[in-house]
Amino acid sequence: MSNIDLRTVSIKPLRQTFDHIARRFGDKPASRYQEGTYDLQATHNFHYRPTWDPDREIFDPSRTKLVMKDWYALKDPRQYYYGTYTMARARQQDTAESNFDFVETRGLAEVLPEDVKQTALDVLLPLRHVAWGGNTNNAFICAYGYGTAITQPCIYQSMDQLGIAQYLTRIGLLLADPEALQTAKQAWLDDPMWQPLRRYVEDTFVLQDWFELFVAQNLVLDGYLFPLVYDTIVDDDLSSRGGTAIAMLTQFMSEWFGETAKWSDAQIKVAAAESPENKALLAQWINHWRARALEAVAPIAKRALGDRADGALDDLVQQFATRVGKTGVTL
Amino acid sequence: MDMQVAKKKLGLKERYALMTRDLGWDTTYQPMNKVFPQAEYEGIKIHDWSKWEDPFRLTMDAYWKYQAEKEKKLYAIIDAYAQNNGHLNVTDARYINAIKLFLNGISPLEYMAHRGFAGVGRQFPGVGTRVACLMQSLDEIRHSQTQIHAMSNYNKYYNGFHDYTTMIQRVWYLSVPRSFFDDAITAGPFEFMIAIGFSFEYVLTNLLFVPFVSGAAYNGDMGTMTFGFSAQSDEARHMTLGLECIKFMLEQDPANVPIVQRWIDKWAWRGYRVLTLVGMMMDYMLPKRVMSWKEAWEIYFEENGGALFNDLARYGIRPPKFLDQIAFDKDHISHQAWGTFYNYAAACNFHSWTPTDDEMDWLSAKYPNSFDKYYRPRLEHWREEAKKGNRFYNKTLPMLCQTCQIPMIFTEPGDPTKICYRESDYKGTKYHFCSDGCKDIFDHEPEKYIQSWLPVHQIYQGNCFNPGVDPTAPGFDALGAVLDYYNMAVGRDNLDFEGSEDQKNFEAWRGMATKNI
Amino acid sequence: MSTVFIALQTNDDTRPIIESIMADNPHARLNEAPAMVKIDAEGKLTVKRESIEERLGREFDLQELHINLISLSGNLDETDDELTLSWNS
Repeated sequence: MSNIDLRTVSIKPLRQTFDHIARRFGDKPASRYQEGTYDLQATHNFHYRPTWDPDREIFDPSRTKLVMKDWYALKDPRQYYYGTYTMARARQQDTAESNFDFVETRGLAEVLPEDVKQTALDVLLPLRHVAWGGNTNNAFICAYGYGTAITQPCIYQSMDQLGIAQYLTRIGLLLADPEALQTAKQAWLDDPMWQPLRRYVEDTFVLQDWFELFVAQNLVLDGYLFPLVYDTIVDDDLSSRGGTAIAMLTQFMSEWFGETAKWSDAQIKVAAAESPENKALLAQWINHWRARALEAVAPIAKRALGDRADGALDDLVQQFATRVGKTGVTL
Repeated sequence: MDMQVAKKKLGLKERYALMTRDLGWDTTYQPMNKVFPQAEYEGIKIHDWSKWEDPFRLTMDAYWKYQAEKEKKLYAIIDAYAQNNGHLNVTDARYINAIKLFLNGISPLEYMAHRGFAGVGRQFPGVGTRVACLMQSLDEIRHSQTQIHAMSNYNKYYNGFHDYTTMIQRVWYLSVPRSFFDDAITAGPFEFMIAIGFSFEYVLTNLLFVPFVSGAAYNGDMGTMTFGFSAQSDEARHMTLGLECIKFMLEQDPANVPIVQRWIDKWAWRGYRVLTLVGMMMDYMLPKRVMSWKEAWEIYFEENGGALFNDLARYGIRPPKFLDQIAFDKDHISHQAWGTFYNYAAACNFHSWTPTDDEMDWLSAKYPNSFDKYYRPRLEHWREEAKKGNRFYNKTLPMLCQTCQIPMIFTEPGDPTKICYRESDYKGTKYHFCSDGCKDIFDHEPEKYIQSWLPVHQIYQGNCFNPGVDPTAPGFDALGAVLDYYNMAVGRDNLDFEGSEDQKNFEAWRGMATKNI
Repeated sequence: MSTVFIALQTNDDTRPIIESIMADNPHARLNEAPAMVKIDAEGKLTVKRESIEERLGREFDLQELHINLISLSGNLDETDDELTLSWNS
């Protein structure tokens, strides 16, 4: 081909974006988030009914009791599409990798006070299974939810939870050995301390309403567990007792929760603002699951914080209520 | 400091097992069959999920790292391609019609794969399998988005790309790829894995991505080449998942073998029919050709698929049914399909044309048994007629196959001069098929395929007009009303390439680059 | 014997990888196409970490292959040191 300089050609585009984007936002340059999200999910002229749910269409708004006029109102404030999502996580991964390296090469695990290390192992390692539950539940929402705006971030959330389960596994291998993971799994299955939480997780596995599941998992369970474990127990308590190394290893989880909680809150806020019926439904779901979440995390607080647990739990309940208050849902 | 006992370094497999399958447990507060309600209804028996062999063992940290690297490279190229008007570098503007077909017909399937794999990734009781499926779900949304983002720039300058999310749900020929995926996602999780993970990914996607994408590179389309190969790098993981999955099912219980065999027969045929579109893209729509459809079929299906089915023979699996017919048809289907789209160009969102003399000679050389005898004469005839101002546009509605939804264009096994028709009676109604393969699929699951949303039937039933349109009004233009419903820009998206807005713009824009005006 | 294959993009990163594969698998055939190569081999093909590291002059994690991999066929087995593709028949 002849050597032509195409950059110098100034040509006028026929249109700025795809029609479905222009119908929503006008024919102007669209972001990659918009083009990669809006209206990707089919809405009509489906060919066959699912053999696994013959009363509904492949994508069907009736899989939740929540009602939205436009499901794409549930957009992601982070505007994640796959590219920006993976690049954000790769950067966090890089930091996590340096932190693990730092702790490992300097032998920081070996100089941890024994009780601090033991508390970390007892509290953190069974949470591998809770994170696996978070992976399972977000896969459900991604598969059976309605509208790419909310289903897309759920596959990210699902895989993030798997990533968290894997970081927790690495913490076990770094601070101890594979046997410690087995001990923790046994505790998850049998130890009375973990049973209310395991029951919570297993009960969410059979929820059929995907938006209720979103509430039970992403808003309530994560909303109780992450502040308690990573802020109060690890960052505050263990760090003050010589366990800063552990806080380095869980930095990913703290930052992740800070980021994803904003996304969950935005979903609740938009859904609640849609109608009084939605608001009432959300309040009912949150009230039900938050009572159970408190019961589920209380033994963990007791194990880690002893007689300071009650105060920490009161703060946790208060913080969570304040957070929900900002979404417009009245509990 | 205490003396450290050196920790035993875990191997990749042991470490990966702790990172994945060890995370799961058998639930007791809720029964397992309620947690995994789709695990048994298809009749597949799994006795021990722990026997699952993980294919590639990527943990999330490595996944994020490598995928982010791929994304950075890809978007750098997409950006540069857009900024430098890379679209003017393609061999000629006819090429752009191949990628219209890609965005309209294939990218929406990537999205469906994303949702489908999220579903099976939720439903399988085995942790290793689920992790691999969910990773694939995540990859598939990547593919749909990178394709949309790469083609977004083409949409700004060319017609036919502008409303692909509507068109996949309405336009007649797009019901072919769409119904394929709707069929898979409405099946149970095991059948979905055979349909998509095995038949589509392992047996067929090489045909879509490898020669076609290499062809995009050859035609100067670096954007498509980059997203294509970048997507295909994930496919390598997906293909190993598909293969592991089928071996796992076959090893778990001999009673699974006949069920899996039937799915292989069904999905090989379903996929083969959809790939007719790709055959046509390769033989007619790439101005510079890398290899013919027939050659690609021989390498990637006959040779590679043959090796695969030899390997599976030890489980009692035989190659898919109707291979004789498929072997005969490879000389014909791309030509039959292009002829059809040439005829129905008034109702298509991409342009068609008759090949140049050079291109006809290339087709003769690649298809010595069929092209000159059956297809060249009619292409030459159409070309002559078009020159005289009689470009033929068929405005009747064709009969569609109840299963694959392609018009009745395929010929009898062994006789390329006679159109093949098959039919079945079911509950007092007659259903029509393009082939024994499609009839066979219907007869096995009539309750599914009587539901097909067949575009032509739907038009006749009045379901393909915009609200407010009155089909009983005098002088009603049915085709025009259907094209409105499709949101097709008449005179811009459709008709022959010759004289199209795309052709004129491309010439003018290229002219600006080569001349000082 | 059936053929297995691995296909890679052609660029500066993959040149040493392709060289290593060809050196470690004398029975393999190299097929070049626009922007890619396809390496076919009867029965079995092995990709060795050490050989790639020798040519790269740095540590190489076999999982880095994912960045430039286009396609493959055959049963796959992956360890820290090598990746093998094979057919049983």
